[in-house]
Amino acid sequence: MSETAEQHAEVGGQPPAKPPASGTGNVLRRAGAVFIRQREATILVVTVALLVYFSVASSSFLTASNISNLLSGYAAPIILLAIGEVLLLICGEIDLSVGFVLTFSPFLMHYLIDYYSVPVIPAILLCLLFGVIVGWVNAFLTVTVGLPSFITTLGTGFILYGLVLTTSNAYPATIPVKAASYAKIFGTQSGFGQWSPIIWGVVLVIIFQIVLTRTRYGLHTIATGGNLLGARESGINVARVKYTAFMITGFMGALAGLQTAFYDNTIDPSAGQYTPMFFAVTAAVIGGTAMLGGTGTIIGAFLGAIVLATLQDGLSILGISANPLDIIFGAAIIIAMIANVRLARLRAAGRD
Amino acid sequence: MTTNPTPDGDAVTTAAAADPDALRAEHINKRFGAVTALHDVNLHLGKGEVLGLLGDNGAGKSTLLKIMCGFQPPSSGRLVLNGEEVVLKSVDHARELGIDAVYQDLALINQLSVYHNMFLNREIVRGRLLNNRAMKRITQEQLDRIGIDIPSIDVEVAKLSGGQRQAIAVARSVSSDAKVLLLDEPLAAMGAKEAAMILELIKDLKQQGEVSIVMIAHNYGQALEVCDRINLLQHGEITFDKLSKDTSVQELNDIVIEEYRRALADRQKSA
Repeated sequence: MSETAEQHAEVGGQPPAKPPASGTGNVLRRAGAVFIRQREATILVVTVALLVYFSVASSSFLTASNISNLLSGYAAPIILLAIGEVLLLICGEIDLSVGFVLTFSPFLMHYLIDYYSVPVIPAILLCLLFGVIVGWVNAFLTVTVGLPSFITTLGTGFILYGLVLTTSNAYPATIPVKAASYAKIFGTQSGFGQWSPIIWGVVLVIIFQIVLTRTRYGLHTIATGGNLLGARESGINVARVKYTAFMITGFMGALAGLQTAFYDNTIDPSAGQYTPMFFAVTAAVIGGTAMLGGTGTIIGAFLGAIVLATLQDGLSILGISANPLDIIFGAAIIIAMIANVRLARLRAAGRD
Repeated sequence: MTTNPTPDGDAVTTAAAADPDALRAEHINKRFGAVTALHDVNLHLGKGEVLGLLGDNGAGKSTLLKIMCGFQPPSSGRLVLNGEEVVLKSVDHARELGIDAVYQDLALINQLSVYHNMFLNREIVRGRLLNNRAMKRITQEQLDRIGIDIPSIDVEVAKLSGGQRQAIAVARSVSSDAKVLLLDEPLAAMGAKEAAMILELIKDLKQQGEVSIVMIAHNYGQALEVCDRINLLQHGEITFDKLSKDTSVQELNDIVIEEYRRALADRQKSA
């Protein structure tokens, strides 16, 4: 009886204007409780710990060129794809093809500018539109035709890769000369451009975290994944929610493709593919997004991407072989999932 | 026509006001392929009335409810709302007209807070962003007004008990200005204490007199306790229509037992 009353007071009864008068210990305890209630708490601790570890372990870790490489080279593409994957995972879907959108989009820019003489800005916009269209096709096959998204996007991924290989003869291409002056916007190895990819990433993460938590669309995405029938009965257009998520993901794939091409200063058929997509899903999962639908966090996925990038970058800077990296990633996914399930259970039990 | 001094518009309004029924379903048929789920169903719901809809599993109760709330159209027949015929295009459309259903699954989203569930798909926004403060304030007001006590409107509904969840779902419909409330087994899978809370809530709503309610139920005792009138649906037809005070648990039981006997006899005959 007294326990329930106490809980009542703690959860919502107290007006926030009056902090409890029982000293700093209590404040810390409450802050701790609030902190642990955040899905992103675990991953934030891991991120900070890794960054501290590598800065101590290597003097060349905390340099501008390395940090920009970590954030823009490794993390940014994962972040962009993860934004889309989180939205999809929340509404109960997945996109395996987005890494191939990443591969194809700079080729499309190359073809449009160099073969069809399309001006640079329209060409870039068409590339982004192409990503959106792939997303629409994925959504059409999944939502309207009714295939599982795992299968749909497996298929469209293969098709996209086949298109890349066929049209490029599997040879890399150079960035179109006319587009070179736009490199700064998307990413370069030095100068201001080295920060462009991560700036895109951070801005988009902020926008989509707000979209997810503070807009009707975000709420409806959670509702669609949390209770599909219930969402439909409430009059939510669940098809539109899913179409939107797929199209956002396609857009992110195309944007990440342009970034990667400009940043690496080459258009490479071996870029992208499954790896960044799986990294994005990994980032989402270790960041606190469940695969069951209904829950997810974009900030968490952002931190997850930073963790993956830090491990990649940090280990290579320490001169440790990259070979065992996948063992660490694999273990991280499983541990993160266990932690998430445990924390969710703790939260459900109201013992947080 | 010309001798009538009242313009047509007024005449309609008067007719609507004079109609004693909040909602009428007339000659409703519903077929799913070869299966006839509803056959010439006529049901009327008086203003401020609580109507209990009873019947065996598969009798068509939920089908009828889903037609009345716009979830699916009837194969034929019509709905009359406040004296005017309406064709419900969707759940949203029905809701705009003041008809709202609480399904058995409650259509609550476990992962969302109580106040987000209360405002699901009719969220209050300021610009493009959710106005959480307003939604919280109104949710608290509504729950207080109806008399629902839950620990906090900030918790995810997954943490609430079955009765509390049902209460939230009912409160959501009432607070969305529903004038006709369709409840699909609001007492299913509920203990006595929880059920009492919901029965209390329905009685309160009846007393406030703002809503008319159709309630699907299985427990005759509970139905008679809260409903003004009882309809029995058997094999897609309404076979029984009496005021609660004119019938009894015994009578309802006898009808249903009779139905079982007949079904049993049919089986034996065909065997």
